[in-house]
This record gives sequence, C-alpha cells and structure tokens, in this order.
Amino acid sequence: MMLSIKNLKAEVEGKEILKGLDLQVGAGEVHAIMGPNGSGKSTLAHILAGRDGYAVTAGEVLFNGESLIELAPEERASRGIFLAFQYPVELPGVNNTHFLKEALNAQRKARGEPELDSVAFLKLIREKLAMVSMQPELLKRPVNAGFSGGEKKRNEILQMALLEPKLAILDETDSGLDIDALKTVSDGVNALRSPDRSVILVTHYQRLLDYIQPDFVHVLAGGKIVRSGDKGLAKELEAKGYGWLSGQDEAA
Amino acid sequence: MSSTTKQVDALVERGYEHGFVTDIETDVIAPGLDEDVIRFISQRKQEPEWVLEYRLKAFRHWLGMTPPEWSSVHHPQIDFQTISYFAAPKKKPVLESLDQVDPELLRTYEKLGIPLEEQKALSGVAVDAVFDSVSVATTFRKNLADAGVIFCSISEAAREHPALLREYLGSVVPHTDNFYAALNAAVFTDGTFVYIPKGVRCPMELSTYFRINAQNTGQFERTLIVAEEGSHVSYLEGCTAPQRDENQLHAAVVELVAMQDAQIKYSTVQNWYPGDAQGKGGIYNFVTKRGDCRGARSKISWTQVETGSAITWKYPSCLLRGDDSVGEFYSVAVTKGHQQADTGTKMIHLGRNTRSTIVSKGISAGDGQQAYRGLVRMAQRAENARNHTQCDSLLIGDRCAAHTFPYIEVKNPTAKVEHEATTSKIGDDQLFYCRSRGLSEEDAVSLIVNGFCKEIFNELPMEFAVEAQKLLAISLEGAVG
Ligand SMILES: Nc1ncnc2c1ncn2[C@@H]1O[C@H](COP(=O)(O)OP(=O)(O)OP(=O)(O)O)[C@@H](O)[C@H]1O
Ligand SMILES: [Mg+2]
Repeated sequence: MMLSIKNLKAEVEGKEILKGLDLQVGAGEVHAIMGPNGSGKSTLAHILAGRDGYAVTAGEVLFNGESLIELAPEERASRGIFLAFQYPVELPGVNNTHFLKEALNAQRKARGEPELDSVAFLKLIREKLAMVSMQPELLKRPVNAGFSGGEKKRNEILQMALLEPKLAILDETDSGLDIDALKTVSDGVNALRSPDRSVILVTHYQRLLDYIQPDFVHVLAGGKIVRSGDKGLAKELEAKGYGWLSGQDEAA
Repeated sequence: MSSTTKQVDALVERGYEHGFVTDIETDVIAPGLDEDVIRFISQRKQEPEWVLEYRLKAFRHWLGMTPPEWSSVHHPQIDFQTISYFAAPKKKPVLESLDQVDPELLRTYEKLGIPLEEQKALSGVAVDAVFDSVSVATTFRKNLADAGVIFCSISEAAREHPALLREYLGSVVPHTDNFYAALNAAVFTDGTFVYIPKGVRCPMELSTYFRINAQNTGQFERTLIVAEEGSHVSYLEGCTAPQRDENQLHAAVVELVAMQDAQIKYSTVQNWYPGDAQGKGGIYNFVTKRGDCRGARSKISWTQVETGSAITWKYPSCLLRGDDSVGEFYSVAVTKGHQQADTGTKMIHLGRNTRSTIVSKGISAGDGQQAYRGLVRMAQRAENARNHTQCDSLLIGDRCAAHTFPYIEVKNPTAKVEHEATTSKIGDDQLFYCRSRGLSEEDAVSLIVNGFCKEIFNELPMEFAVEAQKLLAISLEGAVG
C-alpha cells in the first residue's frame, strides 16, 4: 500500500474534525474524495502534507510503510508527497522560475540526486510549461502574485508536473477553472499517471471525473469516509446529493 | 506553537558571528572629554593647527547642545564622560607592506572575511582598513594614484592634502548641524578621504571596513568624498563590531560633494553588534550622512543594508542644488531581537528638474522596532522637481512593529511628490506553501525576504550584492525545530 490511513483522528483548536478516518491508496491508483463543505477534506489534505496547527490524536498514517506524522513538510515533499492547494498562496517578490528551481533542487538534494544547473532547469521547465499550456510570462512574475484564479491552479499543476510526485493530492484544483483549463489540468494529471504514482482528487464535481477516470470514489462526511465505490458513486451523488447518505450506517 | 513563532524565537537565539575580541595591545586614553583630550587627539594625528581649531570650535558648540529627542528610539542617557575618545594599536603598523602588519590584526580581518591581502582581494576592490582609530593598511594605492584619485585616511589627508580638506571638510555637514555631528567634528579619529579629479572614472570600487575593537571606545569616523566635474566613483563601507555587554557609541559623519555631471554611489553594509537576546549591549549607531549635488546633472545614490546595531539612527540625505541633479536612496533595514532602527532619508530639492527616488524596505522580527522617517522638500525654485517614494515593511511574527513617517513640503506648484507604503507579514501559510514544495523553513524565510529586498540588492555592486544576501540570510537564520 502506498498510503495507509487508519482510524485517523485530528483536531484544530480543540475541535475534532477527523473522527476515525480510514483510507488505503495503492500504487498507480486514482482516488476521488467528495463530500459536503466543511466535512474535513482540506483538513485531511493538509495533515497529509504536514501543515502545523493540527493535532493528530489517534490513528496512523503510513506512506510506503513509513509513518508521516513526525515528518516535516519538506521531508514529505522530498519523499514524493505533493499538495495542490485549494487556495494557492502568493509570494510577492519571489520570482516564479527561481522558486521552482529552488524547490526542485531542494528535493533533489534531499534525495541525494545531483542538482540541476540553470541550463538544464530551463530546458525542463519549458517542456512542462508546454504540457500545462501556461503563459511563459507567468514564470517571470512573482509566485501566484496577481495571478487569476485559473492561473494559480495551472501554476499548481505546473509545479506538480515539474516535481513529479509519487502521491499527488489535488484539493479542488478543478474549482474556478474554465472548460479548456479543466481539460489541460486533467491532461497534466493523466500524463503523470503511471503504475508507481497515485493521485487523490478532492472535488465537488463529477465533471472532473469524466476527464480523470478514478479507480475509487469516496464520500467524506462528518470527519469519516462514509461511503466508497467506483465512479458510479460520483454519478449517484451528482443526482441525489449527500442527504441520502446520512442513514448510511444501516445501509452499508 | 506556530512555525512563525518558532522561527522568530530561533532568530532571536542566534549568536553574533563577529563577536570576538582581538587580543592586541591597544593604546587607549582614559575615558572623558575636554579640550585637552581634543588637543591630544589632534597632536597624536599630527594635524595642522586649523584642524585643531575646527575641532575646538565644534566642541564648544556641542557643549551647548542637547541630544535629539524627536526620533522613536529609546535608550538610557549616554554619559559622554565614560567614553574613551582615542584608541590605537601599540605596534605602529607600516603602510607599505602587509607582511609588517601585526599578524593578530590580519587574523582579525580574516575572521571578518575582509579581503585585505591583495591576492585575496576581490578583483577590482581597494580596501582601506581602519582598525580602531588608525588606518593600518591601504591597498591598490598605486593604481589609484595613476588615475589621479586620492584615497587615503582623513588624518593623512589633513597632513598631505590640507588645502582640499580645508575647502570641503564640514561644507556639507557643518559642525553645528546636530548633536552627534558636532561631537564627531570635535573628536573624529579616522575615516576616509576620496578625491576624484575632473573627468575621471574611478578605476575600481573603493571600500573601507571599519571595526571597533578596544573596549569602551567610541568610533567617530569621518568620510569625505569629492567628485569633480564629470567624474564617477562607487564607494562601499562595511562594518562589524565585537560582542560586548556594554553599549558602544558610533557617531560618524559622511559628506559627499558631486560637481557638475559627477556621480557618486555610496553603499553601506552595516553589521555592528546588535546586542544579545535580552537587549543587553550593542552599538548605538548615530550617523549623519549627507550628499551635496552641487553641479548641474550630478547624481548621488545611497544604498544601505542595515542588519546590525542595537540602535540605528541615520538619514542619508541629498541636497539637490544643481539643476537636473538626481538623488537616490535605496535601503534595507533589519531589526530583530530588541533592535531599534529609525532611518530614512531627506531629499531637499533646490534646483530645477531635480529628481529623487526613495525605496525603503524594512524587515522586523522578534521584538524589533522600526521607523521609516523621510523628508521630501520641494523648494520654491524647484520647478518640475519629482520625487517617488516607495516604503515597504515586512513583519515576521507578532511582536515586532514598523512605522512610517513621511514629511512632505512643497513650495513649488509644478513639483510632484508620490508616496506609496505597504506593510506585509510572512505568514504561516507562505512558509507552509514553500515547505510543502521541499524548501526548509530557513530557506523559505530567506527566499521571501530576498524577494522583498531584490530591488535594493540590484543597486549594490555585484560582489556586495552577494555578500548582502548572505548577511541577510545569516541574520535571519533560525534553527528549525
Ligand atoms: N484553523 C481552524 N480553526 C477552526 N476551525 C477550522 C480550522 N481549519 C478548519 N476548520 C474547520 O474544520 C472543518 C473542516 O474544514 P475543511 O477545510 O477541511 O473542509 P472541506 O471539507 O475542505 O470543505 P470545502 O469543501 O468547503 O473546501 C470546517 O468546519 C472548518 O471550519
Ligand atoms: Mg476544502
């Protein structure tokens, strides 16, 4: 199992958000997580990426057999975990190209791989840029500063394409994208798909799943996975909403 | 605990890299200040009579003055009678060759990373090293002499170029200017004199490192740069001081004179001891710096990176007298721990079509307190004068603060003044974003801070931009965890 989450309980400021969550993600699989607003999807994504401020009170999170909880965010990154943010952060004054190069080389260094020089890096980034059809001008600008909502999301996918993570967690990357952008972002994710890479897609919309075919669909509600199925489940949710799941304990 | 708070605490805990004391026999006079002390200094420096007269005049004026109280810095009253006003290494250094310089001294410079020995010198950089009050070594003298450039200590200038010194000393910052400038005029011990003749482009960057070493001494250096018509010069000063429990006073005066079409670029990297985490010790850096654009189309540009000192109080200024003259001020100031900085600039537009640009970047961490104080004055004659001011503050953590005090006086209706100010914070979300991409917390802070300061670093000579960036990284370094 690439990612194994068992009975995960977590609090934010004394309030329990995750209440015994289980999730198993195998290598090469794509899992979609859906669920009502405020159910804990971003919380789960942040905890996987190592954000401060969440107290894990029970359970375990193993990534390729290693416990993640004690690792710093940068250590998780160099082991291959990537989070595409629901709200990408602006870094005024920090040149986007410079940022990408520093990030890639920091990860390579941590893994004991040689760092890329500027020439090799620029060649690489040009390829990736074409892959996500991003305006090259955005590379010269400060990271996300003044980017439109869609540009920010594309920039996240560019980072993902460049960093080639083992486990990519996309937190509502499809929200706010126009139809063409949705297509490119999906192409980017599909290009990354391989037997040794996995993807967790957090989304509210079945539409994304037309482009990226998930192997599993889960519903996160009230801090737990309350239902799992194949992509047919997403269609059902689209038609019926989440209400019918409230009695799921009996139904399951 | 949030990662920002951790970061900030680590910053505060960081030691001071240059805090060693050189074990060298030093010749120091007893603390205290009176006319005899001034006569002693003047005599030890073998100065002409007029310099002594100048000092005494300044001293008498200073006696009737009181320390300024208008700035936002706080410190206990300074007792000027507890300071020793002269210190010199006992072994008289020989100027012709570095081999004859006390090896202990050379090791000190090595620790400071100063490229004193010529083979180690950054290519194209001349170094006039000032150890306490006496200049001990000057490199690249000959090269400069061939171009007609004078680059020597101010004491030497008093002996060897008295006419030039007499014409310009105190002509930009008069001895009556302010409390600390008056004190400096009375007791200045060393510093640098630069003279660039008409039409000469100085063949290298000039640079002086000052260092306070002996205990209980103040440093009162005086720098004078004169650029004749059509000449160009770029000058860099860098400063460090050892770690002491008591506060030390540094009250320098810098005067720049630019004639018609002349350009002076003056860059400072200041890293005096800032005091410990409790706010004990550290340098009081009370400096008067002023440039006089006397001639038409002349240009004076100040660039400063201020990371050290317990208290910094300085306002490098430009008097834009010549028509079409240009003044610039680019500043990065860092305050962390209990450091305080009250810094900024004055742009006094007197001539027509004069232009000035002010870009000030303040970074505060820990309990650091910072104020930008800037005056832009457009005089009646300043037809079409222009100023643009950009003032940005970056806060790291919740306990620090930044304030902006712009003063604007416009007496000519065609003059234009623009002022922009922003305050931002390094947020936990920014740090997490960077770290989730693989950067360490330290690298993330350094990346964000360097991005914030980029505009200023671009103004520094190349070698020093790299140095400044490193210094900033060091001074904001925090052990993670
Ligand atoms: N720092 C915090 N302080 C207090 N409550 C928080 C904090 N962070 C998250 N929460 C709460 O935790 C719950 C889960 O939030 P989360 O962002 O994980 O939801 P989500 O499933 O991603 O929702 P959405 O679909 O709207 O993005 C919400 O009720 C939210 O208000
Ligand atoms: Mg969310």
